[in-house]
Formats: sequence, C-alpha cells, structure tokens
Amino acid sequence: MGKTIAEKIFASHEVDHPSGDIHVIRLDAVFCHEITTPIAINDLVERGMDRVFDPDKIKVVIDHVTPAKDSKTAMQGKILRDWAVRNNIKDFFDIGRNGVCHAIFPEKGFARPGYTIIMGDSHTCTHGAFGAFAAGVGTTDLEVGILKGVCAFKYPESMRINITGRLSSGVFAKDIILSIIGKIGVNGATNRVIEFTGPVIDSMTMEARMTICNMAVEAGATCGVCAPDMITVDYLWDFIKDEYPSKESALKAYREYTPDNDAVYADIIEYDVSGLEPQVTFGYKPDEVKPVSEMTGEKIDQVYIGSCTNGRIEDLRAAATVLDGKRISDSIRAIVSPATPDIFSQAMEEGLLKIFMDAGFCVTNPTCGACLGMSNGVLAEGEVCASTTNRNFNGRMGKGGMVHLMSPATAAASAVAGHITNSKLYKGSGG
Amino acid sequence: MKNFSGNVLFLDRSDINTDEIIPAKYLTEISKEALKPFLLEDLKLDGFEHPRDIQDKSVIITRANFGCGSSREHAPWALEVNGINMVIAENFARIFRQNIFNCGMIAAELPADTINRMFSSFSDVETSVQTDLKKNMFTISGNDKTEEIPFSISDFDRSLVEAGGWVGYADKHY
Repeated sequence: MGKTIAEKIFASHEVDHPSGDIHVIRLDAVFCHEITTPIAINDLVERGMDRVFDPDKIKVVIDHVTPAKDSKTAMQGKILRDWAVRNNIKDFFDIGRNGVCHAIFPEKGFARPGYTIIMGDSHTCTHGAFGAFAAGVGTTDLEVGILKGVCAFKYPESMRINITGRLSSGVFAKDIILSIIGKIGVNGATNRVIEFTGPVIDSMTMEARMTICNMAVEAGATCGVCAPDMITVDYLWDFIKDEYPSKESALKAYREYTPDNDAVYADIIEYDVSGLEPQVTFGYKPDEVKPVSEMTGEKIDQVYIGSCTNGRIEDLRAAATVLDGKRISDSIRAIVSPATPDIFSQAMEEGLLKIFMDAGFCVTNPTCGACLGMSNGVLAEGEVCASTTNRNFNGRMGKGGMVHLMSPATAAASAVAGHITNSKLYKGSGG
Repeated sequence: MKNFSGNVLFLDRSDINTDEIIPAKYLTEISKEALKPFLLEDLKLDGFEHPRDIQDKSVIITRANFGCGSSREHAPWALEVNGINMVIAENFARIFRQNIFNCGMIAAELPADTINRMFSSFSDVETSVQTDLKKNMFTISGNDKTEEIPFSISDFDRSLVEAGGWVGYADKHY
C-alpha cells in the first residue's frame, strides 16, 4: 500500500509505538519563541533537567512582543535569552535580527523536506510547505521535545486537496485558503494532515505555499503539506549546496518525500479555482467567508498588513502595487509589519516602504504584534480591522474588536477606500 | 491523579477557541495561577456571565471542536487553576486535546446524540458529574435525574493521566 507524505516521514522517524495509533517520532528541529517556551524552561529548571537534546536542532526567536512592551514581556525575553546561552543554542534571533517565527525560520533554511518540526505555536503547520511534517504543540510537548527530541502523535491520516484551474488576476493564495476553510469548516480537517496538490500549487512560489499551509490549522489540520519540487530546491539551494552536487540530485533525494500514486487518503477534494473571487471573513470564525464583492462598503478603522500568513516580500509587493501613488483614507489608520529583517531590507531596496509611508502607513519592525492583540496595533472596543492575518476570533486583536481576514491586495485597496473593497488587481472572474 | 468530579458548566456552542478560553494578552504571565481570573473572559455565548458562571465548577460539557485555534497550553492551565480538570465534548481540536492529557487532565469525546441528551436533560438545572476512571464511565445527576455514561480513553492517554502528564512519562521512557 502506498504512503502519503506524512506517512513516509513518520516511517523514517519512528522511535516508539507505545499503544494503539500513538507514534513517538524523532524531531529534526524544535522551534521556540518567547510566549510558550519560558514556562517549559522554568519547569525543566524546577525538575533539575535544564538541558537540551541537541543545541543545533533548537532554533529560537523573540517575535510576539518585540521590543518588549513591559516588565513581564521583558522577563519572557530574558528567560529565553539566558536559557539559550546556558545551553549553547547558537541560532537565537534577538531584537535587530528577529522576525516572525514562521517567516524567519524558513528564510534561514531551517525547514527542509522530510523534516519533523514542532513549536509551541499553532501556525507551525506553515513549514509543511517544504514537504516537512510540522506541527504546533503545547508547552508540555515542547518541553519534552527540548529535553528528549521526541514527540507523540496520533498516526496522521491525510486528506488531499487537489487545486486546479486558472487563478484570476488579483486573486491570491490567501483567497484560495480562505475559500477552502469556508468550504470544509474550522473542524473539517481536525486530526488530519492536508496535502495540497495540483497544478495551482505546483506553480506557486514557496511564499504562496507557506500562506496556504499556514492556515491549514484554521480548518483544524495538524499540518498542511506540499510535496517538495524544484521550486523547493531553488528556495533552499544556498543552504543545501554543500550537501548535494547539483539541484537535480537534491530534488532526487527530496522526491523520497512525495506521496505514492496509490497512497490512501481519508478524503480527496477536487477544487477548481477558476472564477474564484477575492475572499474575506465576516464573522468570528475563519470559516465564515464570502467574496469581497459581497462585503464592499463595510466600515473599517484599521488596516494591518503582516504576520506569518502574509508579511513576506510578495505580500508587500502586491500591497504596494495597489498603494503606489495613493493615500489611505483619512478615516482609517494603517500598519505594515514586514515579517523579517531581510524582508524589511528588501522592501526598502525595492522602494516598497516609501510607497507604504507615502500612502500614510505606519511601518513597524518585524513582529507578530497586532495579529493576536499583544502589541503594535491593538483595537479598541467596537473597532474593525481589515487584516492579512489568520484569525478573526472574538477579541483576537483586542477586546471587543472585529477582524476581517483578507489578502494584502484587498487590505491595501480597503485602506485607500476606507472600507472593504476589491483591489484594482482584480478585474473580475476569468480576467 | 487530579479530581475529575464535581459541578458541571454547560457551554452550548461549538468551536469555542483558545482565545476565548484565555485571551492572548494574558500570555505574558509566567505562572499558571496568574491566569485564574481570566478563564473564558472573552467567551461569546448568550447567557454566559463571566466570572459568575465558572464559580465552583469542575467539569465542562460542551459541543464540537472545543479548544480550536492557538496551541497555548495556557488554555488547559486556566481550566486547571480554576479546578476544572475534565472537559466532555463531541470532539476537540488536536493540540488542545493533547495539551489536556499532557497536563494529566481528561478530554472525553462522546457521540453528538449523547451530548444532545445531556444538554436537554441537565443543562437547565444544577448538575454534577462523578467520574469513575477505572470503569471508564461517569454518573451525571441533576434534579431527580441520574444517568451513567461510559466513555473511552486510550491506554496511552490513561497512562498520561496516571503519570500526571507527559514529562514524567517521557522522562521514564525516552
């Protein structure tokens, strides 16, 4: 019987099979940030087990609240910083070099095909874009991962979403994943891995694949995953060129982690995206989705462009294309957070930051910030944000606030209009 | 082992997410106890009043996909420090469910019709649950009604509950 991507990765990483469908797997990387890791560190210290399984496989960043906003967040950073020094962890990204975890770790080449990765962050599923099994976990799983380099999972059942058709101009990866979540629901992939396949995925950049996989967890999925191909190899080449004599040989090795033709899926969904319109959420759940055209005119107070979903260079380019030469509406305020220092520099070199600033955007340092209402753009009660992030939960961006999720192009166009609207990049379905 | 019996809090909604269970602004706390006053502070549910409705409750009975969203273990911790160590639902989000057992708590999954029956028989009256983990069942009672309800728990999850969590188990085995 053939295997899915996740089954192949599990087969090559199995450490133990303690009972039933529970499999303990070896971890290739454990990612850490300052919100969920300090309590794990403190617990390890209390237990007299302040050590790590392999300092080279632990990657650490301060990203959620940076620069620290108060004594408590400063202490979270300090606990992480001191621990990294104590345990000889070299890949520690502190302020000045830090960015949103799911943007900076791929940029550094830490996510590879066939890898197993955990992090105390639900959007760890992003790294599945590289053909990795990457799952968000809680602090206890993280603690055991740090200490032992293993994690227990139910054997992963996979569902396949095969994406075909021709995407209209002005319709992006974000619109695809929002529409998929709208179709299958926030509980539609619970305990499953979603394999994204088909010609639309095959022609996507790694950035776009990361946007798709990033939101797999919003449908309940353990991980979203794309089979590695030459686009994956090209993205990683600077980091792997000493390991392989050529890109072709790297691809051949990575093909081990493509699904078999006779792999068995719990469900296969065929999805033709021809004619798909830009999408937006309207409620407090990420599956409450409709076309932007049905929400046009909806009042907003703030626009936020950034996050692990849509804070990458392509996202800033799309938004800047819409904003070029324009001003945001006087009735709103707008914030852009390039997701990493490299993206920030690139955007500066390309003149994108000037376009944002000329339009009236506040450009912040790389941080998760406003996405979860921790800093850098919290909403007041009753306020509404047009946002490129991934969650519209009640209170997510501040108590009593409302978030509408959308693509960077739609967010930029909405900033100019002062209300939700389609961007000029979208010329109608089939356009 | 923790206590898995006591008064029931009924939450009649699916997809209650971790931001509702404990809002992100409290994730700057580095002690579990500090989360106590904020459990379910942002819950969007008609008739629910925070914090009145969580006083003296030990068990939650709710609908589907409880705990979806963030991976924050602060969600089970916020329940734990309020004395709630057991949640009964149609199903749970994966990370939340794993976090619950990793903390030595119980997430019991029951069919939708059993959940419906408990809501229709008990959600309007003061209700309590007595859990017998050895027999894989709990007794739910309120007013004059009592019902015995079996639930399943995997051997692995049971060993986590008995070991008081995953760190103790993993340290012994790996």
